[in-house]
Amino acid sequence: MYHQAVFDEPLILNVRGRRTLKIPLENEKFKVDVPSIMRRENIGIGDREEFSVVRHYVKLSEMNFGADSGFYPLGSCTMKYNPKINDEIATLDGFRMIHPLQDSSEVQGALRLLYELSESLKKITGMDEITLQPLAGAGGEFTGLSIVRAYFDCKKELGTRREVVVPDSAHGSNPASSHMAGFDVVQIPSTEDGTVDIEKFKEAVTERTAAFMITNPNTLGIFEDKIVEMANYAHSKGALLYYDGANLNGIMTKTTPAKMGFDIVHLNLHKTFSTPHGGGGPGAGPVGVVENLKDFLPYPLVTFDGEKYSNDYVPPKSIGKVASFYGNFGVLVRAWTYIKMMGEDGLRDACETAVLNSNYMRKKMQQFMPVPGKTIKKHEFVASSVGANMPKAGDIAKHLIDNGVHAPTIYFPLIVPEALMVEPTESATKTEMDLFVETVRQTLKLSHEAFEKEPVNLKVTRIDDVDASKNPKPTLRMVRKEQREPLQQMI
Amino acid sequence: MVIMSGDLSELLKELNIRSVDELFKDIPESIRTKMLGLPNGMDEDEIRRVAGEYVGMNKTVNQLHSFLGFGLYNHYVPAAISNVVNRNEFLTAYTPYQAEISQGIMQALFEYQSLAAELLQMDVVNSSMYDVSTSLGEAARMAKTITGKDEFIVPKYISRNKRAVLDNYAKGAEIKIKEVDFDDRGMIDIDSLEKNLNDNTSGVYAEYPNMFGIIDTNVPKIKETIGDDRMFVAGVNPISLGVLAPPGKFGADIAIGEGQVLGLGLNFGGPVVGVFGTKEQYIRKMPGKIMGMTKDHNGRVAFSMILQTREQHIRREKAITNMTSNQALMAVASAVFLSLLGDSGLRKIGEVNMGRTRELIDIVREFGVKLPYDGSPVFNEFLIRLKESKTFVNRIAKKYNLIPGYMLGKEYGFNDRNQVNIVTNVTERNTSKDFDAFREFLREVA
Repeated sequence: MYHQAVFDEPLILNVRGRRTLKIPLENEKFKVDVPSIMRRENIGIGDREEFSVVRHYVKLSEMNFGADSGFYPLGSCTMKYNPKINDEIATLDGFRMIHPLQDSSEVQGALRLLYELSESLKKITGMDEITLQPLAGAGGEFTGLSIVRAYFDCKKELGTRREVVVPDSAHGSNPASSHMAGFDVVQIPSTEDGTVDIEKFKEAVTERTAAFMITNPNTLGIFEDKIVEMANYAHSKGALLYYDGANLNGIMTKTTPAKMGFDIVHLNLHKTFSTPHGGGGPGAGPVGVVENLKDFLPYPLVTFDGEKYSNDYVPPKSIGKVASFYGNFGVLVRAWTYIKMMGEDGLRDACETAVLNSNYMRKKMQQFMPVPGKTIKKHEFVASSVGANMPKAGDIAKHLIDNGVHAPTIYFPLIVPEALMVEPTESATKTEMDLFVETVRQTLKLSHEAFEKEPVNLKVTRIDDVDASKNPKPTLRMVRKEQREPLQQMI
Repeated sequence: MVIMSGDLSELLKELNIRSVDELFKDIPESIRTKMLGLPNGMDEDEIRRVAGEYVGMNKTVNQLHSFLGFGLYNHYVPAAISNVVNRNEFLTAYTPYQAEISQGIMQALFEYQSLAAELLQMDVVNSSMYDVSTSLGEAARMAKTITGKDEFIVPKYISRNKRAVLDNYAKGAEIKIKEVDFDDRGMIDIDSLEKNLNDNTSGVYAEYPNMFGIIDTNVPKIKETIGDDRMFVAGVNPISLGVLAPPGKFGADIAIGEGQVLGLGLNFGGPVVGVFGTKEQYIRKMPGKIMGMTKDHNGRVAFSMILQTREQHIRREKAITNMTSNQALMAVASAVFLSLLGDSGLRKIGEVNMGRTRELIDIVREFGVKLPYDGSPVFNEFLIRLKESKTFVNRIAKKYNLIPGYMLGKEYGFNDRNQVNIVTNVTERNTSKDFDAFREFLREVA
C-alpha cells in the first residue's frame, strides 16, 4: 500500500527566524557607496536558520516522486535509472571549479571530455560533427532549424523554402521550434498502422520544403520502416531531414540516423543517456550534422591537434551561439560517464531490454485495451482507452499515482484518443511492469464516483487546473495582491 | 555495466519469441548497424581513475588567484544546496506533469518564483529559463509579440555571448537589433537612445551592473524615455540586488538575469539558470513554465502548472516558445540559496562584493593604472587599461598564478595592440593572498 508523506508545510518565505549561515568576511565592515537612486531599501524575503531551510526542503522532497522512488514509465521521457556514479564524477572539484573563460591550457581535461563525448555521439548517430552547446532538447531543435535556415540562406533559397513538414504525431516542440526559426509548419497525417502516410508525405514535400522533421521510432513507438524512401524523396526535392532524437533509446546501436538518411540530429542526454532530469531540467540537447552542414554549427567547437585540445574553432558559416558557454557541462559529464561505463555492449543491452520490456507490457495491456498501430513496438507504445465503459486516460493516471506507480504520458500523441503512452525503459523489473498492468486493469472496474475521489494517498487530491490558470497566482506577491482568502491564511 | 533486470528469458517466453532480434526485424536490413566502434564498458573503479586523470589536467579557480568573472562568477556555494538538490525525489523526477504526486517540487519552484519576484520586485517570475543569453533572446521575442514592433535596442557593450545568442533568436523572429552607445561614464547615453527610438521600436535592453561592472545611474531614466508602449528589458546581476535597487523600481516590463550567482558554482559554464520576470499584465505572453498556487477539491492548498495553453505541447507552432525542459533543479538551488541568505545575508554578500572590489580598485589606483571609467560606481567588476601587450601581460599573470580578469579583444572594438583592457571581478571568495598576487602582477605591468 502506497502513502506519500503529507505535510502542511508553509512557504519558505513564511518560515522566519535568524540567519545562521555565515558569509565569507561576515564580520568585516565595508564602506558601500551606492548612488542613492540605485540603493536597495527592503528586500522582503526574511531570514531563517539553515536547519529550518533543510528541514523544509527535506519535507518537500518527501512529497515528490522521482525515478528513484519507483517505476516511472512516462512515455517519451525515457525515465531510466540514473547511475549514481554519474553524479559523483560530475561534482569532482576539477570539473566543478573551472571557469569557461579560462585559458584552454588550464582546462585540457574538460575539453578532452567534451571532445570524447562528441566523438562517441558521432559514432552513435553516424553524424560527422556535433555541437554540445544546446541546453535542452527543444534548444537542440532550435539550433538544428537555425542551421537549416542558414544553409538555405547561403544557397539563396530561403525566399522559397519556407516550410517545415512534420507528422501529426510529432512532439509539440517540433512545430514550435520550426516557427521560432522562422518557418511555416505543414502537418501530414499518419495511416492506420501508425506510420507516416507516404502519399500525403509526397504531396507535402515540395520545392518549398526546407526540412522534414520526424522522430523514429515515432511517438507511437513504431519504427518508420519507409524512412529511406522518405529520405530519398525529401533529398530529391532539395529538402533536409531532421531527426528528433527523443526516441533514440529504441534503436540505439541497431541503426543510426545517418543510415536512415538524416542530415541533422538532436539528442536528449537527459533521456537516452541517463542524466537526471531534476524535476524539469537541466537537460542537454547536442546537435549532430552531416559533412555539408558542419560549417553552420554554433561556435566554438572543441578541436584536437593530436597534442592539445582547443576551444576557439569558429565554423566559417556558423549560426552564432545558442547558449552563453559550452552547454550544460555538468549534464555532459554525466552522459560521458554513462557512455564510458556502458560501452557499446551496454548501450545495445539497454536498447534491447527497453524494447523487450515495452513489447512485454504492450502484449499484457493489449489483453484489455486497444494498442493502435503495428504490433511490434520499439521502446514505447500507446494504448487507447476507448470502447464501452472504458475509463478516461486521466482517471487511469490518477489511479496509478495513487498506488505509487508513476503515470504514463497521457493524451499524447494527439492522434490517439484517450492515449496512454507507456515507456518502461530498461530499468524495470517484470514485477514492476506486472504491477503497472494490474493497476491499470483495476480501473476497468472502478465507478465514476470512485475515480472522482482519487487520489487519496498523496499530498493533495485533484486540482482545479482551469481555475488555477484563470486566476493565475504565480508568486506570493500576487497572492497577497489579490488578498484572496483562504489561500492567505493557509500559507 | 549491467543495468538490465534478470527477467529476459521469461519475457521472451511471454512474447513467444526466441530472441530480441525479432523485435527489431522492422528495421530494414539495409540500414542496420553491426558495430559502432565504441570501446568496452568500464566499472566504477575504472571510471573514477579515468576521470581522476582528466580533472588532474584542469586547473581549478581554487588553485589559482582568479579574478575572472564576465558573466559567470566564482561565488561561495553553501553546503546545504547540494544536499537539497541531490535529494533523489527532486533529482530524478521529470517535469511535474502529474501534479498531485509532484507537489514537493512544484512548491519549491513556486517558492523560487516568489523569492525571485521579491528580489526583482516584479509581479511574476517563471520557473526558469536556460540561461541569461537565451532569456535575452526570448525577451526580445516577447517585446515583439506584445508591441507588434520589430526593432529591439541593446547597448553597444554587452557580452558577445549574449549578443550572439540574441542575434540567433532575432533572425528567426525577424527582429532587427540596433545598438545604443555608452556615454563617457560608461553608461547608456540617454540622448543617443532617444535618437534611436522610432515607430518600430519594440523595446530596449539595459544592464546594471553592465558589462564593465558599472552601476548605470541612467537606467532609472529609460522607462520614461521610451514610454509605455515600448518594453523596457532590464538585465541584472541577482546577487547585487541585496544592495542595488530592483528593476521593478525602475519600471522594467521584463527583468532578466543570470541566476548562476545564486549558489550554482562555476561548472565550466553550466548548468546555470536564466531568471525571467515580468509584470502581471504580460504573464500570458511570458515564455517558460509557471507554477501557480491554487486549491485541490478538498480546499487544500495545491500547486499547479498554470497557463499551459501557451506551451508547445498544446499550442504547437502557435506556442509562445518551444521550451520544454528548463533548468528547474537550478531554480530550486537558487531558492535554497536565497532562503539560506535571507535579507540580511543578501545585503551582507552585496556589501562584501562591493567593498572588496573597492579595495582592489584602490590598489590598482596606487599603481597609477588607468581605469577608463574611473569615478563611475561599480558593483563587483571594473575595467582596467594596461599599457602593455597582451602577451606580456599574460606572461606576468602566469608567473603569479593569476587570472587578472577577462581580456576584451577586437570583438569589442579594442584593437590597440599596445594596450590591454581587462574586466576584473572580485567576489567574497577572493582572499588577501589573491590581492597580494594582484599587487605583484601590477608591480610588473603597471
